[in-house]
Amino acid sequence: MATVDDPRIIEFDVRTDEMLINMGPQHPSTHGVLRLVLQTDGEIVSRTTPHLGYLHRCAEKIGENLTPRQWIPYTDRMDYLAGMNMNLGWSITVEKLLNHELSEKAKHLRVIIAELGRVASHLVGMGAYGLDLGTFSPFLYAFREREKILDLFEEVCGARLTYSYITPGGATADLPAGWLQKCEGFLEQLLPVITEYHTLLTTNAIFVGRTAGIGVMSPEMVIDYGCTGPVLRGSGVSHDLRRDGEERVTDMYDGYAFEVICEQEGHYPNDHDYPAVPSKAVLGDCWHRFYVRMLEVIQSIDLCRQAMDRYSTASGDYGIPVKLTQKLPKGEVYLESECPRGQMGFYLVSDGTSIPWRARARSSCFCNLSVTEALCVDVPLADVPAIIGSLDVVMGEIDR
Amino acid sequence: MSGQTFIDTLKQKFGEKIVGDHLEVIDPWIEVTPEALVEVCQYLKTDPGLQFNQLQCISGVDYLETDPKKAKKIDWQPHTEVVYHLWSIPNKTSLVVKVILPRWKNDEEGQLPEVPSVADVWRTADWHEREVFDLSGVHFTGHPDLRRILCPEDWVGYPLRKDYEMPLEYHGIRGR
Repeated sequence: MATVDDPRIIEFDVRTDEMLINMGPQHPSTHGVLRLVLQTDGEIVSRTTPHLGYLHRCAEKIGENLTPRQWIPYTDRMDYLAGMNMNLGWSITVEKLLNHELSEKAKHLRVIIAELGRVASHLVGMGAYGLDLGTFSPFLYAFREREKILDLFEEVCGARLTYSYITPGGATADLPAGWLQKCEGFLEQLLPVITEYHTLLTTNAIFVGRTAGIGVMSPEMVIDYGCTGPVLRGSGVSHDLRRDGEERVTDMYDGYAFEVICEQEGHYPNDHDYPAVPSKAVLGDCWHRFYVRMLEVIQSIDLCRQAMDRYSTASGDYGIPVKLTQKLPKGEVYLESECPRGQMGFYLVSDGTSIPWRARARSSCFCNLSVTEALCVDVPLADVPAIIGSLDVVMGEIDR
Repeated sequence: MSGQTFIDTLKQKFGEKIVGDHLEVIDPWIEVTPEALVEVCQYLKTDPGLQFNQLQCISGVDYLETDPKKAKKIDWQPHTEVVYHLWSIPNKTSLVVKVILPRWKNDEEGQLPEVPSVADVWRTADWHEREVFDLSGVHFTGHPDLRRILCPEDWVGYPLRKDYEMPLEYHGIRGR
């Protein structure tokens, strides 16, 4: 830089200041309305501060003024990419307080719906992660398949995004006639498509370059930060509430054949044709979190098939919803269920009337996102979307 | 370890600091004095037999009946509870720890009740305590960065308190 005093002399001692960059709340790669304030030194981010609350809709306060069944539509709008799983989480919490037992058929119906919801959610997670990293096509592939799941859901309950289908006591309706065949047909054609996705993203050299070895978290760190779901399992902690959770959650999956997707002793449960782990990938990095999600899609397809078999032969009804103004016994319950993005917990305090004294939602993404402050330090700016995307957050659930 | 033996060992170790235990309810809970909270949590997390290594949730629950007719019938005094839900990944067991606080410190309205922060025990507590502070109005002493998380920084009041009233105006936006 030439100085004003003597333009011929070049100043070699160029001083640079740290710069604050505001990323969001409308940045497409922040998955909603997350705002990050990045302190950058050139290309390197030295400090990240997330600011939440742009989608805060006071769901918990509203829950103190509605009966549990009336609050179901609000749970839909928490994790709006997995509305069915949110309904399920709240419903079993209410059932735990009511000590309500479900028929076998209702349980299998819930497994079918929950696992399809998980597939839909992970497909969006995959497509959106591609977008974050600058490739557009996987997003279209993912939405093509997700559309078919939404069609199936629409046939079941009439809604495509905010279902309010699973309610305390069971579900609002039975599966329509011929639905199982359609669902089976869909799963049949979905399985080979997953192999395409692996070619598109999982083993793509650019994708591996952008994600392998980035944002590495040790098992101690993920547990300490309370991360759950694929983020936890991506770091090698074998913990899945469908196997390890409370009785009400594991009971639904009782007798199902499935293994928790998690790297143990250097390999994943190997009953499918998975692509190999690239040599650059380290356990607990962005690539592994993505990989766990992709494997869970295959696992969910398998679980869904098992559930359909059981559902068609099971006894009982699909579950009759409890009364809209069902009186709740005095007491309090807390229950976490395994949602696509992690463990969603609901805490319900009742004073003996039909309206909860306190309805609290523990968001999985809320905890998952809290690691950004620790992870997005001394990383290039381009790695920030890669790290946030690998956590697969949905702001509707974080802000509630 | 059965519930009763667990409580007995805990009481033997901490004595008066464990104020109460409720094992007969759906989710058994223990009550701890605010002063002993960090100490007890550290023990619950690190004891090799317990290993409550995951803090699932911190919730603030406000107990106040605003309806004077109903207030005559209730059998409790107004108070605020901070509820900690713990989970042990190795043992697959859960525990609820409660701290019961007055609604206002020294009963002076506007003075937030205080409870020590457990952010050094579990990092999860960092954001959860900010949320409880933001919505329920509990001050966590020793928290690394206690500020509002969901509501805007200049928000007035604590929305999840039972006597909270919606502001009529916020930066030119009508409340009602």
